[in-house]
Amino acid sequence: MISFIGRSIVQKIITLFFVSIVSFLIIHLAPGKPSQVDPLNPKFTPEMVERFRQEFHLDKPLHVQYFYFYRDLLSGRTISWKDNRSVLAKIWERFLNSLPLFIVGTILTWTLSFPAGIRAAIFRGRLYDRTTTFLSYLLISIPGFFFAYILIIFVVTRFHVPVIGMETFGVANAAWPHVVMDRIWHLLLPSVLGATGGIAVLSRYVRSQMLEVEGQDYVRTARAKGLPPDQVHYKHALRNALLPFVTMFGLILPGLIGGSVIIESIFSWPGMGRMAYEAILARDYPIILTVNFVSAVLVLVGTFISDLMYMLVDPRIRL
Amino acid sequence: MEQNRLPLLSVQDLKVYFQGDFDTARAVDGVGFEVFSEEMVCLVGESGCGKTVTALSLLGLVAVPPGRIAGGKILFKGQNLLDFDESDFQKIRGNQIAMVFQEPLTSLNPVFTIEDQIGEAIKIHKHVDGESLRERCIRLLQDVGIPSAAERLNDYPHQLSGGQRQRVMIAMALSCDPDLIIADEPTTALDVTVQAQILQLFRTLQKKRALSVLYITHDLGVVANIARRVYVMYAGVIVEQGKTGHIFGKARHPYTQGLLASLPTRSKRGQRLYSIPGSVPDPALKPAGCPFHPRCPHVIENCRSRFPDLCDYGDGHLARCPVLFNQKQD
Amino acid sequence: MTLTQKNGQARENRLEKALTPKRSRLEEFWVLFRKNRLAIAGLVIFILFFATALAGLFLTSGQNPVFDPAQIRLQEKLRPPLSKPNLDTLLPVEVPRLNRYLFGTDELGRDVFARMLQGSWVSLTVGFVAVGISVFIGIFLGGIAGYFGQVLMKLDHILASVLMAAGIALIVVDRLLPGILILILTGALFMFTVRAGKIARGRGKAAGSGLLEINIFSVDTLIMRIVDIMICFPSFFLILTVVALLPASIYNIMIVIGLTSWMGATRFVRAEFLSLREQDFVAAAKALGVGNLRIIFRHMMPNAIAPVLVSATIGIASAILTEAGLSFLGFGVPPPHATWGNIIADGKRFIFDAPWLTFIPGIAILVVVLSFNLFGEGLRDALNPKLRERH
Repeated sequence: MISFIGRSIVQKIITLFFVSIVSFLIIHLAPGKPSQVDPLNPKFTPEMVERFRQEFHLDKPLHVQYFYFYRDLLSGRTISWKDNRSVLAKIWERFLNSLPLFIVGTILTWTLSFPAGIRAAIFRGRLYDRTTTFLSYLLISIPGFFFAYILIIFVVTRFHVPVIGMETFGVANAAWPHVVMDRIWHLLLPSVLGATGGIAVLSRYVRSQMLEVEGQDYVRTARAKGLPPDQVHYKHALRNALLPFVTMFGLILPGLIGGSVIIESIFSWPGMGRMAYEAILARDYPIILTVNFVSAVLVLVGTFISDLMYMLVDPRIRL
Repeated sequence: MEQNRLPLLSVQDLKVYFQGDFDTARAVDGVGFEVFSEEMVCLVGESGCGKTVTALSLLGLVAVPPGRIAGGKILFKGQNLLDFDESDFQKIRGNQIAMVFQEPLTSLNPVFTIEDQIGEAIKIHKHVDGESLRERCIRLLQDVGIPSAAERLNDYPHQLSGGQRQRVMIAMALSCDPDLIIADEPTTALDVTVQAQILQLFRTLQKKRALSVLYITHDLGVVANIARRVYVMYAGVIVEQGKTGHIFGKARHPYTQGLLASLPTRSKRGQRLYSIPGSVPDPALKPAGCPFHPRCPHVIENCRSRFPDLCDYGDGHLARCPVLFNQKQD
Repeated sequence: MTLTQKNGQARENRLEKALTPKRSRLEEFWVLFRKNRLAIAGLVIFILFFATALAGLFLTSGQNPVFDPAQIRLQEKLRPPLSKPNLDTLLPVEVPRLNRYLFGTDELGRDVFARMLQGSWVSLTVGFVAVGISVFIGIFLGGIAGYFGQVLMKLDHILASVLMAAGIALIVVDRLLPGILILILTGALFMFTVRAGKIARGRGKAAGSGLLEINIFSVDTLIMRIVDIMICFPSFFLILTVVALLPASIYNIMIVIGLTSWMGATRFVRAEFLSLREQDFVAAAKALGVGNLRIIFRHMMPNAIAPVLVSATIGIASAILTEAGLSFLGFGVPPPHATWGNIIADGKRFIFDAPWLTFIPGIAILVVVLSFNLFGEGLRDALNPKLRERH
């Protein structure tokens, strides 16, 4: 067991090292010599090139650049080009904003997907299964921004729920129940939106896992012992079907950055995804690169947690 | 003789069909056999002859959308199991009829302990719990020959060897004192030496607990070892049945004869081993008339069109080949 | 012939008939696939989409296209679908074909129908090329990892590969001199190790004795670690970053999407190859002396292709969605070229006044992506060997 954890950690560290190198090399994706302005690429003005060169120490050899880059990043010295604030500070602030969105979305996704998927598997082929299947396909295929606008139109014209931003301007001065309600209203639509895609995918996966487990021999044995269907499905089948999801739980951590760019843009939610998008628009490279690296780190941490949880849950690994 | 009692299990003309896209697979096509109390009966046949489906249908475990019971009766203690619904079946499964499956590794749930899995059926059927349940489990493990039973209770299936896992399956089957155990090729997945031990275990348990065993296998060597009576199955029908001694002494159906002829024995040393030409027919594409006729060395014109009845050779020995029967008369 | 011989012959014939398979694999697959009506619908829509895209390409390109997507008519902006053009205000060349704005006009008076047609070709190409790239990489890497997986890389291999990669990288970032020097060094190292190996073998020394021949890790591990590294980066964000850094063009987008989505295909191919490799038919082929390449392509690939096809189909759907997302955020194919995401992006300001600018492309994307997903799932079910009939 310890060796399993040990090996996992070592692997992660090695991967992290290479990830850091790749992250670092993205700067050099900028085409053309940094000292030369490519007339065809309107993104690189001479001033920009010069700043580039200075901040990233491009005149020094590669490994020195690498060292400087990470020293600055990890110590918080890296500064955003847009407003000259520390990158890490900005990221932290936006992270706190993204967090409630993320938490609500995740809770919605996970609590709704499982019953849906399990029920669809047990009643395979019947109406419930077929409708949920079709709905899932629909939700997976709809472009996020399109769905967002449909919901916005619908909600705004019917319910007059505020949709834009994190809170209504000036509401901070009102009594705290108002503030809370206001926050919840604003939180509602973006989280639902974020959750729907996740529910569609996750419930399909739950269903297919459940189906696969239901076809296993030990489920047949359970039935042959005369156990009532509840015990067969929820004790024997489910427990095995849930195994891969325990590990998936660790992997939702990276979702903090990934999928929210579009949603946060549409709803003007001041979160991390939107910050990354604005950074790209403004060519704020320190932020872009840091966010890239941070999300890679999150993925590694997430997979590590998954490995740990898998080990805890599956006796075949533990012993 | 014992045969005059009423049988514990009497299967009559059982038909189980599977609906495919274009055709119907007639996996079990009119099978009949009997098991009396306290006896060990063997059901023998190659893979694909329908023996597993027969076993599953005895417990109502055949998946009904593609499969369906197309006819016949399964009389257990006088009641027709085919009239049972799911909740009735749950009462006898594991309780009066128990099953031991072929693959002990996949048939045990990997995430539950041995104690949990053996005790489950007892909890449901006998409403025993707590300390007495634990003791019962320990005694069962001892009965099936697992050493250090008390420690093994907390193990998981993957920590045991193949032979031990199969013993656990047997213990599970015995847990509620059933009247009938159906063993579906329980030793096929095990090493030869372990096979012998498990066979011996079945023999001992059957006598000690006075229960009946329907032992399904493809291995004639096993049959000779443990069964008093045997049924030979081919392409979904019983082609020969009788006392083991009679059948091994003089088989009366060409298929059985072919099976026996292909056994490697000392006397055939140095000669080319016989094998029945051709292969088992697809259950959806069975030949008309006698299902064995395409491979049969004694085939006559009639065999291609008429499905043969069982011919009686006396003393319980029946075979489904009128050609050989008539030859014997002459 | 004697009676027994005749009987034997007849029996042989009967047995032959019983043994020949009823249907070929393709037919079997088609039968299974046909049963899934949603999948058939998906396939039909896909074919329609393909036809539309091709038609769109021809009908909207060139100097005098049949449907002109770029024709600006400021006086006709934001007209609803199926409205008739105001002929008094238009020059003859500005009048839309069929004398109607089939899908309305956008904020610059452009014919949305024409723009949709133009955009369909973009969506199609982006989808197919991006997935083509990722599948190609996936099959290549996955095949090597799965088949040659256990081949261990020795220290000299690794040194040589690292040096070669460093040399190429240096050249790419325009430090020609150091790059070329390193490549020469690599070549020298290569020749040295080959020669040393020959000498060692000539003297009868064991193959693994030199320092440079220490085994480090296997090819499989190497490739899987690379996959792990790539997976660490959030794909949409990475694509966005790269696309923002590079000059905007449709080719860059396609290549970037392709280069960031090969991981799934690699894993599938590797998994299939790993399991196929253990199967007896591969051992049999090897025992017959069939060469490695032939085994891979002729024997194993047809079996491994199934999950790749499925992931490719679903990959096309996801590539189209990604491209739409990129366009929406402003990083897609540059204007004035139309893409479906573009139209929505431009139209979002007028969402209450001109909802068709949002709904028409949105529903189009939805239908196309849905059809690919359904088709892909249908493929997966039909190709699933577990569902094949047992004969």
